[in-house]
Amino acid sequence: MNDQLLSVILTIITASTPLLLAAIGELVVERSGVLNLGVEGMMAVGAVSGFGAALLTGNPYVGVLAALVAGALLSLLFGFLTLTMVSNQVATGLALTLLGLGTAGLMGEAFVGQPGVHLDRLYIPGLTDIPFIGPILLGQDFLVYLSIAIVAGVSWMLFRSKAGLIIRAVGDSHQSAHALGYSVIGVRYLCVMFGGACAGLAGGYLSLAYTPQWVENMTAGRGWIALALVVFSSWLPWRIVAGAYLFGTITVMGFSLQAYGIGIPSQLLSALPYVVTILVLVLISRNRALMRANTPACLGQPFVPDR
Amino acid sequence: MKKWMALAAALALGATATAANAADKLKACWVYVGPVGDFGYSYQHDVGRNAVEKALGDKVETAFLENVAEGPDAERAIERLAREGCKIIFTTSFGFMDPTIKVAAKYPDIKFEHATGYKKADNVGIYNARFYEGRYVMGQIAAKMSKTGTAGYIVSFPIPEVVMGINAFMLGAQSVNPDFKVKIIWVNSWYDPGKEADAAKVLLGQGADILVQHTDSTAPLQEAEKAGKLGFGQSSDMIKFAPKAQLTANTDDWDPYYIARVQAALDGTWTSDDTWGGMKDGMVVLSPFTNMPDDVKKMAEDTVAKIKSGEFHPFTGPITKQDGTTVGEAGKPLPDGELLGMNYYIKGVDDKLPQ
Repeated sequence: MNDQLLSVILTIITASTPLLLAAIGELVVERSGVLNLGVEGMMAVGAVSGFGAALLTGNPYVGVLAALVAGALLSLLFGFLTLTMVSNQVATGLALTLLGLGTAGLMGEAFVGQPGVHLDRLYIPGLTDIPFIGPILLGQDFLVYLSIAIVAGVSWMLFRSKAGLIIRAVGDSHQSAHALGYSVIGVRYLCVMFGGACAGLAGGYLSLAYTPQWVENMTAGRGWIALALVVFSSWLPWRIVAGAYLFGTITVMGFSLQAYGIGIPSQLLSALPYVVTILVLVLISRNRALMRANTPACLGQPFVPDR
Repeated sequence: MKKWMALAAALALGATATAANAADKLKACWVYVGPVGDFGYSYQHDVGRNAVEKALGDKVETAFLENVAEGPDAERAIERLAREGCKIIFTTSFGFMDPTIKVAAKYPDIKFEHATGYKKADNVGIYNARFYEGRYVMGQIAAKMSKTGTAGYIVSFPIPEVVMGINAFMLGAQSVNPDFKVKIIWVNSWYDPGKEADAAKVLLGQGADILVQHTDSTAPLQEAEKAGKLGFGQSSDMIKFAPKAQLTANTDDWDPYYIARVQAALDGTWTSDDTWGGMKDGMVVLSPFTNMPDDVKKMAEDTVAKIKSGEFHPFTGPITKQDGTTVGEAGKPLPDGELLGMNYYIKGVDDKLPQ
């Protein structure tokens, strides 16, 4: 029973981490007032770049770096179109998704059917062997720890540092921030690239740790889930952890229930993670003051300085 | 990108061909439900298409569309191929059945072939492979190799073909170990490596030590390899992904069928047919047996030989259903129609079939 529980928890952690990585990046982007719907595309490009780089160099950490850079580069394109050319953010984001997915498929043709290099899990002799707690806390791969570190870092930065204050100011009222002399476009560019880098990392996690291979459409809609999680979390970093792990838990529990032979229809179990996420979102949104306080007021609005 | 290039090339070729003489190339087209890069089901169909090109390349040009979702969008894709001048179109997934019939009704001069379905028309032939033959052998191997007596089975949707596969697997396993158990997870997708990996992990955590799948990615086998357990590949030989875990793989070999059908289209001898070939016709091939002791290998090879010669049929009656009733005459195989509509489990499967 304990073994089963352990394996379920470990599976939950791997299922939730890509959602967490992508969502925390998107949170920073949205806090600065930009709505980037292209997360799925950036994840795909990150996945293929990470896989390819790791395969070519034999080193998964090079893959992680490549995934990060690829996601950031693709988001730079988005940034250019929406911030400098002031195109519609929603449409551009959707186009970015399609572009990312297609580009990833094209780039990945050479990598199909290649067994991948995968990220090692941490192993501290003695400590990792502690029953139960050991593998969960000390036996994960590097990106899982990085994801928690990023959340902690983002939380600290947004709410306890000047840089975070500027980002939130830009997101809440870009005209005021501009009037104060902050470079709204500059801040947004940096945030968009951070979001792209995180989405790239999430994709890299998929192809380097989760299922070490490259196949087209391996992101399977996770980018969209990550977008929903950002709203679910009312733009608060630690709630993203809760949301990602809730979603991952329900998905994996659905499989567990099926394997136990309990007669709940599998289609219902497949739908359950989404249903529960919506339910929790509805419950959270009842606190209107909290929602109002945290929703970036200028989300999605293009910024054109009026002198 | 590839499909646009293929269509653009096809259009260009079509344009030049009409300017040329009447003896221009026959265009044969394929529609895949997944990416060619799945290294599984759709990949094998594409291997078949390449075989056609190699064998008949001077008289035939081929094109394909991949990642076509089952459902209304499929009709649009098939219709586009019909309009682009394809003279024979192979639609390779169960869910393309109704769209194929609809488009075929509009284009009576074009020949259609639908895989894994059951609806025919004057210009629509159907074809399928007797995957269950491979599954029976896999069941036998699993029962011999499993230490816990439980297999984990990852499946997509509850269509008859999938249920047939589970039943054949269990019949094979029960012939070696009557108490063999199977745990089933429905992932509701033909292809989602992440979900398949999660399902595999859950099954392994619950005590299954052999993994079987009716989904298209290599993820479950990789999970088996990681955990030091064993499994079976699906549609293609996945030994590269799991050198220590793969026992064998249930591979589809569409080459001879595709070449024969396109040749028939060229010769004008094509008629709407119903082909359901198995090991005997070379359509189902089990990849080399690995990671098992010699006596298990011999048993498997013997069963394959018996199935090939027709001496043995996995679904030989009487078969006891999960509810206790029996079906089929003693000593006689279940008729094809019964197999194609299979919507029940056999006794010994502890699962409720999603309706």
